[in-house]
Amino acid sequence: MDVFSDPTNFETYKVGFLWILKLTAAGTVGSVVLGVVLAAMRVSPIPVLRGFGTGWVNLFRNTPLTLIVFFCYFGLYSALGLELSDDIDRNNYWLGVVGLSVYTAAFVCEAIRSGINTVPAGQAEAARAIGMSFLQTLTVVILPQAARAVVAPLGSIFIALAKNSTIVGTIGLMESSSAMKELINANGDAVVPIFLVFAGTFALVLIPTGYLFGWLANRLAVKR
Amino acid sequence: MRITRLTAAVGALALAMAAAACGGDDSGSGKASGIVGKASSQKKLVVGVKADQPGLGLQTGGTYTGFDIEIAKIIAKGLGVPETGIEYKTTVSANREPFIQQSQVDIVVATYTINDERKKVVNFGGPYYVAGQDLLVPAASTLAGPEGLAGKKVCSVSGSTPAKRIQTDYKDAKLQQFDSYSKCVQALSDGSVDAVTTDDIILAGYAAQDQYAGKFKVVGKKFSDEPYGIGLKKSDTEGCNKINEILKASVTDGSYKAAWDNTLGKSGKAAPELDVTKLTNCS
Amino acid sequence: MSTNTDAVLYDHPGPRAKTRNLILTVVFGLALLALLWWIYRKFDEKGQWAGPLWRPFLEGSTWTDYILPGLWSTVSAAAVAMVFSLIFGLVFSVGRLSDHWWVSVPAGVVVEFFRAVPLLLMMFFIFFGIPFLTESPMPPFWAVVIGLTLYNGSVLAEAFRAGIRSVPRGQSEAGYAIGMRKTDVMREILVPQAARAMLPVIVSQLVVLVKDTALGYIIGYTELLQDGVNTLGANFGNTVAAAIVAVFIYVALNASLTFFAGYLERRTRRTGRAPRRTTPPGALTPVGGATAVEPQG
Repeated sequence: MDVFSDPTNFETYKVGFLWILKLTAAGTVGSVVLGVVLAAMRVSPIPVLRGFGTGWVNLFRNTPLTLIVFFCYFGLYSALGLELSDDIDRNNYWLGVVGLSVYTAAFVCEAIRSGINTVPAGQAEAARAIGMSFLQTLTVVILPQAARAVVAPLGSIFIALAKNSTIVGTIGLMESSSAMKELINANGDAVVPIFLVFAGTFALVLIPTGYLFGWLANRLAVKR
Repeated sequence: MRITRLTAAVGALALAMAAAACGGDDSGSGKASGIVGKASSQKKLVVGVKADQPGLGLQTGGTYTGFDIEIAKIIAKGLGVPETGIEYKTTVSANREPFIQQSQVDIVVATYTINDERKKVVNFGGPYYVAGQDLLVPAASTLAGPEGLAGKKVCSVSGSTPAKRIQTDYKDAKLQQFDSYSKCVQALSDGSVDAVTTDDIILAGYAAQDQYAGKFKVVGKKFSDEPYGIGLKKSDTEGCNKINEILKASVTDGSYKAAWDNTLGKSGKAAPELDVTKLTNCS
Repeated sequence: MSTNTDAVLYDHPGPRAKTRNLILTVVFGLALLALLWWIYRKFDEKGQWAGPLWRPFLEGSTWTDYILPGLWSTVSAAAVAMVFSLIFGLVFSVGRLSDHWWVSVPAGVVVEFFRAVPLLLMMFFIFFGIPFLTESPMPPFWAVVIGLTLYNGSVLAEAFRAGIRSVPRGQSEAGYAIGMRKTDVMREILVPQAARAMLPVIVSQLVVLVKDTALGYIIGYTELLQDGVNTLGANFGNTVAAAIVAVFIYVALNASLTFFAGYLERRTRRTGRAPRRTTPPGALTPVGGATAVEPQG
């Protein structure tokens, strides 16, 4: 009855969570980089950039991730011929990372934008008064202060990203939800323990991560 | 090691819950009434079918068409249920067993391969057809069989039997998995994969579709036997026997052949011989 | 947010800045158009714009047979789950703020657990696992609704809790001062004000909920993706085209939800009953509780 004492089953479980870990890590980096650029676009003086940023956020925030991941395979890879790796799993993994990044970046962008709003206007005015350009004002004065205010929302976004990585399973990566489905299919009598182990692993990692971000947010908060 | 202790605790709790669930299950199955009784009293039959497999079970508009659907009609007729009394429910590969166990459907006719693992949880009438795993490739492809798959990309549905067979028996092939065959066929049509693999008649159904006419071919080299059964409640031996009787009768009265000719046989393929000696013993 | 407040970040453009902005506009615009053109050509090469793939969408039967029934399933599951999530969120946020540990601790555990478990795992378990425990069938519709409720309800519970705490303390003190009991203060004073303040978060979460119904097809709930992409694609061999149409439908659905929320917010603001938010003086604009939105897929 003990499903996980079987080495192949344990391997399935381990491989599943390794993919989740890798997807989350790469997705975090990708979405933060993209999200910061998008946020900068949305507050920039150039209308086309603002429009692009707004369009991006509205399109990707309102589309189910399942469909975005679908288009990463059938759009980016099949139609546009973007092959990110020779290995089929690696290729799907990177396509998944792209999908997670463009999706999550929309949320990161909005979080950063509301973070920028917490910075008192005087800060930007002072920066401009000493002759700083838009990019200088943003990168040297505003973003570093905004960063402290966005720790908590970013934390929620990254935790959601970790959970969302399960959706990459729909293009064939054996991440943990596919792994759980496979184990359930093979061990119909042990549905509950299998679920508890998989869900428990997520909870065990993500709940403390949530508290960690909360603690960080409190520590870093600007007392105004 | 706190984590292991916690896992153990969680596991123990889970085991207790599962054991309780299993214990309860036995008592529950006894009172389940069979399809024969339901059919005669309510004149209704709920059939789980596939919705996205051309030639077998395809939802077109509000109606379902295909060989599986015709078989379902034969069974319904044999049970005394009029065609208007049949309710079709879309099932996907992953939810066929739960649908039966939970009485959401009375029977499942959905390219449902009989195997020992599934026999543990459901009962099977039939087989009404013996399919085999095969490959669908672009018309110009030189791929001649599963041996040529090494280094090639082959697509199947995640967690399905064909996908597992590729993983275990043809390790050099690169397996791409999706949640539906239509996505695999799309990928094949884009040239993103070199072949799609599943049961031959499913593949033939896709190859025969208008929009793919002349684009694909089925290799025609079966590398497994997939006896398609009609799934029903594990406890319903009576219903299972009745289904097998109906199938036997359908061979003699020609309705089995008619079912084939009206669906998959349209492409000119002759109706298969249904070997009634191979029907399940319903145990 | 209006462009006025953003404009704090840069000076009014002079002649040189104007030229530079114009050049950047043109360059970026051209690059974007080139990219879109390239994508269009590549899809064209694969024959994705071919007439037969798109013609089905001009026929009424395609919509009435596949897309609309799927959309209806999506909307009905989302609507029921929205109502339940709001109730769940309310009950558990109040529960977690309770003074009795035997209420607040279990409420907290429930909320934290369901927030941490991926929805897809949750739905798998509800659909495949729960029937083993209850020995009764679990229709896919309810598996989807329960999964959505547990997850989104938990996120909303946290959002409400943050909202209730953000109501200025004077409000509840005033309530106690005129002799109201704890329950009354919560029900009559804190929750209504918090709900208005939290409206943006609630709506973002409801958008998330609508998108999450898309996971339902994986357990066999025939919603928009199953009917409108998989089944439709199997009939006409146009999976990619069908998925593009589905994207438009989801964006339209969620955009109208967001628009409706904006309308509601403007209405409540005009009546002047929305609570004053405690924002630092001089901040560019007040921040809503954007902190609690979780972009689950």
